[in-house]
Amino acid sequence: MTVVVVLFSFVAVLALVLILGNLVVKGASSIDWAFFTRNPVPAGQSGGGVANAIVGTGIIVGLAALIGVPIGVGAGMYLAEYGSGRLGFLVRFIADVLNGTPSIVVGIVGWTFIVKPTRGYSALAGSVALAILMIPMLARTTEEMVRLVPHSLREAALALGYPRWRTSLKIVARTALGGIVTGCLVGIARVAGETAPLLFTALGNLNFSVDITQPIQTLSLQIYVYATGPFEEWHRLAWASALVLMALVLVISIAARWVTRQRYGRFR
Amino acid sequence: MTSLPVEGLARPQSLHATDRSDRIYRRVLTGFALGMPLLILIILGVLFVDALPALKRFGPSFLWTSTWDPVAEVYGAAPMIFGTLASSLLALLIAVPLAISVAIFLTEFSPRWLRQPVAFLVELLAAIPSVVYGLWGIFVLIPFLRGYVVPPLKAVFGWTPFLQGVFYGNSLLAGGIILAIMIVPHIAAVSREVLLAVPVSQREAALAMGATRWEAVRSAVLPYGRAGLIGAIILGLGRALGETMAVTMVIGNRHDISISLLQPAYTMAAAIANEFSEATTATYQSALMEVGLILFVITVAVNAIARILIWRVARGAAVGSAAL
Repeated sequence: MTVVVVLFSFVAVLALVLILGNLVVKGASSIDWAFFTRNPVPAGQSGGGVANAIVGTGIIVGLAALIGVPIGVGAGMYLAEYGSGRLGFLVRFIADVLNGTPSIVVGIVGWTFIVKPTRGYSALAGSVALAILMIPMLARTTEEMVRLVPHSLREAALALGYPRWRTSLKIVARTALGGIVTGCLVGIARVAGETAPLLFTALGNLNFSVDITQPIQTLSLQIYVYATGPFEEWHRLAWASALVLMALVLVISIAARWVTRQRYGRFR
Repeated sequence: MTSLPVEGLARPQSLHATDRSDRIYRRVLTGFALGMPLLILIILGVLFVDALPALKRFGPSFLWTSTWDPVAEVYGAAPMIFGTLASSLLALLIAVPLAISVAIFLTEFSPRWLRQPVAFLVELLAAIPSVVYGLWGIFVLIPFLRGYVVPPLKAVFGWTPFLQGVFYGNSLLAGGIILAIMIVPHIAAVSREVLLAVPVSQREAALAMGATRWEAVRSAVLPYGRAGLIGAIILGLGRALGETMAVTMVIGNRHDISISLLQPAYTMAAAIANEFSEATTATYQSALMEVGLILFVITVAVNAIARILIWRVARGAAVGSAAL
């Protein structure tokens, strides 16, 4: 049985190696300067890049972080500081359940609240959807990080006559700051790859746009359109875009984890 | 921290002000925290209100009729519900042995130096965006299945009802396999933490009785963590049910119920992704909203059950958050 266990573990790791390997092999050859600096060309023509999608991803994810981070981190601080009661239990439970919510459903919510009343697809609607996905994730990671702060620090501050709120913000949150930032980065990396909630909120845009009230392109939407399209050229660009997106997500995740490990030694 | 008599020791003249700012601080944080229950109510409310016309018009038969005809304005979600369940169960069938093996390997058998790297690699699987899995499914997995997996499968098991028909690529089989790869890291991460929460004394007791390491795992560790492991598997099921992009890209998106794994199918999430922006009539839109409502209610229920089971083993911990 031990052999079976080892073999199966090997298969699981092999899947990752295969996927990453394919990405690099099929994507790397299409990546050049033009890929990053030019916009898409009309279907069927060769050349062109994904500058609009890269900028769009940045805008939409940045805006989502602006909305989601304060709420998520705030909720996490509540769970760590006052979360021992019944409300804390409920919030924790709901955050865990929300973390498993299909992202496509969150897209519907973004559509109903922003797209429908404003009568138009927009980057803002996409950002709201991504923020909703981010909030429960950030709440839980923030709580975990804040809980790692030793009680003695808190007690020392309180013993010096520091009010509770200053202890919480200046001592506890400050000490856990590295961890909280890490959690935020991982959350941001995770939503940066989301596609489903953007399908009918941000919609996608073949042109360069930085207007948050207009449809906007993201790398993930671009990959979806190009991968399911009929042109060889599109498939080539889809692989290259996937490699860039994957690199973005991986670099943020790995950097974030590395920072945490530096700070707290062996994490968990 | 409420047990500390610290507040009474603070500078007397500022005590009142401190009290008030503490209260404000707590209220603000509570406000953020209340966002969570509010969010779940908002999602439920939005879906319910928008689905109401379809709920009224089609009643419960929406669940078991299979006509999906936007021209005649008749909708039934049976094929998508079938496809969602079938693809998710197929995914579990493949993913569970792999994921539990990874968890057992990491907690029980792996040399210490190998633990972090393997755990990290498996967690990276969870970080790959869904649309990238879909891309890989279209251009790598499906050609591989067509060339090397389906022909021998058909040669041996071709007589079963599960392998009938011509295999074009986009199919229940491809959807199930992609889903399996995607949920392995989630099940593995949670299972690993469940197994880590099993007291060392359980293992030591079994080993002291003369059990081999595998026997100790089977007779002492796995039974102790059973509720948590089942929770981990159900959590993976929840992921699979709601997964959208990768499945949409490889499952074929056909409104049809076929028991054959080689035939195209549809899932609830895929239907919303594909048809929502082209749903021009109010009834069409409402029908898709009802699909969303069903999907949401199912995944919330599945996740709630999973969390309760996991919390029984590792109480209150944010288990698996590394692989969220």
